[in-house]
Amino acid sequence: MSVFLLKRFATFAATLLVASVLVFAVLDLLPGNVAQVILGDTATPESIAAMEHKLGLDRPALVRYADWVGGLLQGRTAQSHSYDTPTATLIYERLQVTLPLALMAMVLTLLIGLAAGIFAAARQNRIGDVSVMGLSQLGIAVPSFWFAILLILLFAVKLQWVSAGGFPGWTEEDGGGPWEGFVALLLPAVALAVVQAAVLARWTRSAVLETLREDYVRTARAKGLSRRAVLWRHVLRNAMIPVLTILGLQFAFLISGTVVVENVFVLPGIGRLVFQAIANRDLVVVRDVVLLLVAMVVVVNFVVDVLYAVIDPRLKPSDA
Amino acid sequence: MTSPRAAMGADLSAVVVGVPPPQHFAARARRHPSFAIGAVLSLLLLLAAVLSLVWSPYAPADIDVPNKLQGVSAAHWFGTDSLGRDIASQLLVGAQASILVGVFAVLIGFSIGSALGLLASARGGWWEEGVMRLADFTFAFPALLSAIMLGAIYGPGLVTGIVAIGIFNIPVFARVTRAAANAVWAREYVLAARAAGKNRWQITWHHVVPNIASALIVQATNQFATAIIAEAALSYLGLGTQPPMPSWGRMLNEAQTQMFQAPMLAVYPGMAIVLAVLGLNLMGDGLRDLLDPKLARKR
Repeated sequence: MSVFLLKRFATFAATLLVASVLVFAVLDLLPGNVAQVILGDTATPESIAAMEHKLGLDRPALVRYADWVGGLLQGRTAQSHSYDTPTATLIYERLQVTLPLALMAMVLTLLIGLAAGIFAAARQNRIGDVSVMGLSQLGIAVPSFWFAILLILLFAVKLQWVSAGGFPGWTEEDGGGPWEGFVALLLPAVALAVVQAAVLARWTRSAVLETLREDYVRTARAKGLSRRAVLWRHVLRNAMIPVLTILGLQFAFLISGTVVVENVFVLPGIGRLVFQAIANRDLVVVRDVVLLLVAMVVVVNFVVDVLYAVIDPRLKPSDA
Repeated sequence: MTSPRAAMGADLSAVVVGVPPPQHFAARARRHPSFAIGAVLSLLLLLAAVLSLVWSPYAPADIDVPNKLQGVSAAHWFGTDSLGRDIASQLLVGAQASILVGVFAVLIGFSIGSALGLLASARGGWWEEGVMRLADFTFAFPALLSAIMLGAIYGPGLVTGIVAIGIFNIPVFARVTRAAANAVWAREYVLAARAAGKNRWQITWHHVVPNIASALIVQATNQFATAIIAEAALSYLGLGTQPPMPSWGRMLNEAQTQMFQAPMLAVYPGMAIVLAVLGLNLMGDGLRDLLDPKLARKR
């Protein structure tokens, strides 16, 4: 187990390292001149040189990369040129919207997706199964940002139960509160979750059906266990292994979905931050946000790998 | 991996050519409801794009402010937007952007990803390990993140969208190709080909590629659908197709500012996306059943 964990951790660290090199290369080396990008086409050579010096671009790329990664490891980040604040401060503020949103969406995805998938599998080829699968086929085809717009149309424009977007903040000083904040994130979370839940439901259904055909399930039934007991005690635990893989992948989609849906609901999260940064040509912010989002995906996949070993004791390090 | 017993019991026609004979296929395709519905919807998407090349009710970018925010009428089938542009024409021409991005993003992913997958499967060992780790790594960059980075540097646009979605498709195809190819490599006829003195590249070309073609076609259909959603999302965010070329994603973005006056403007482009994606997905599922009877039975 410890060898397995160590091996996985090494892969995890290596992935992050390669990701940092790639993000740095794409944003810092490829375009030729970041100062030119920031100042636009009309900038004079003198102002470009001054900007390059201000950004530290006159130093070798390797030094700048080491500076960036070394700083990150020590919890130090570069100064955003448009906000004049360290990117870590900006990101920390915005994460207070994005993280709860992603978590709420993940919980909803799990609740809806697993329940629908198990329900459909238990009623294979009957009306319940067919309708759940039909709905999920439709759910997969719906872009989450359009579903978000439809939710706004229904609940904000037609019924006028909620405002069409914006975030009041988590504290009363900001003019909001825990409940107000939760309500503001509810529709965005539903918009994100419905689409992912449709995907999860299909995978859960086929994983459960696959497991139901195993010999040990027949044995359990033969020794007198009820269908329900077999489903809960034997099938679900085994069916969860492929489902976990999908969940890890879904998290990546959820993260990028969050970026889009935040823009639909005008939520001050990471997604809005990165788009404002693109508009302001604030590449330092883009770089740090992209690396953070990649890191989140990598961390979740690392956790999924570890969970495999917990769920399935048969899993040997060599299989992983 | 396919067990030897499963390989021996497999449908002979699938083993020999991988794809059933065409006349047989057409007859079964007509009786397959999800394939039939999917094929009709996909055909409609293609027709809309082709038709819009030669004809649309109005020029999609034509501004006609006196007639702005009109409802449904004989003159404007789906009404007009806040600048008086005809929605039906924009929807028709918008199909072009979806198809363009879908085709090229899938081509990028298909050509590079499948080549890598075939290489991984044929060489095995470190090659396989390397390609698969590369695939894992690329999965950490959803299309949107690539598009954000590329958009920040090269500016947003159709090509940025195609490249970003194409990059994301590479590991998808690499994984599917490798898994399918590994199953073929375990078959007896590959062993026979080896004994007959064929090298691994000849085996890859003569035996592996024909046998995994149907799995790749199915995957390409599904990735096409995913690409349409991704293109719409990028265009909605302003990172994809740029004006004056109409795109369903950007129509939704523009409609959002008019939601209180003209809520239906935010409905039509979304419906177009859903129908296109649903059609391609249903067709993909249908193709999987029709091209590979073994897979269908396992479901």
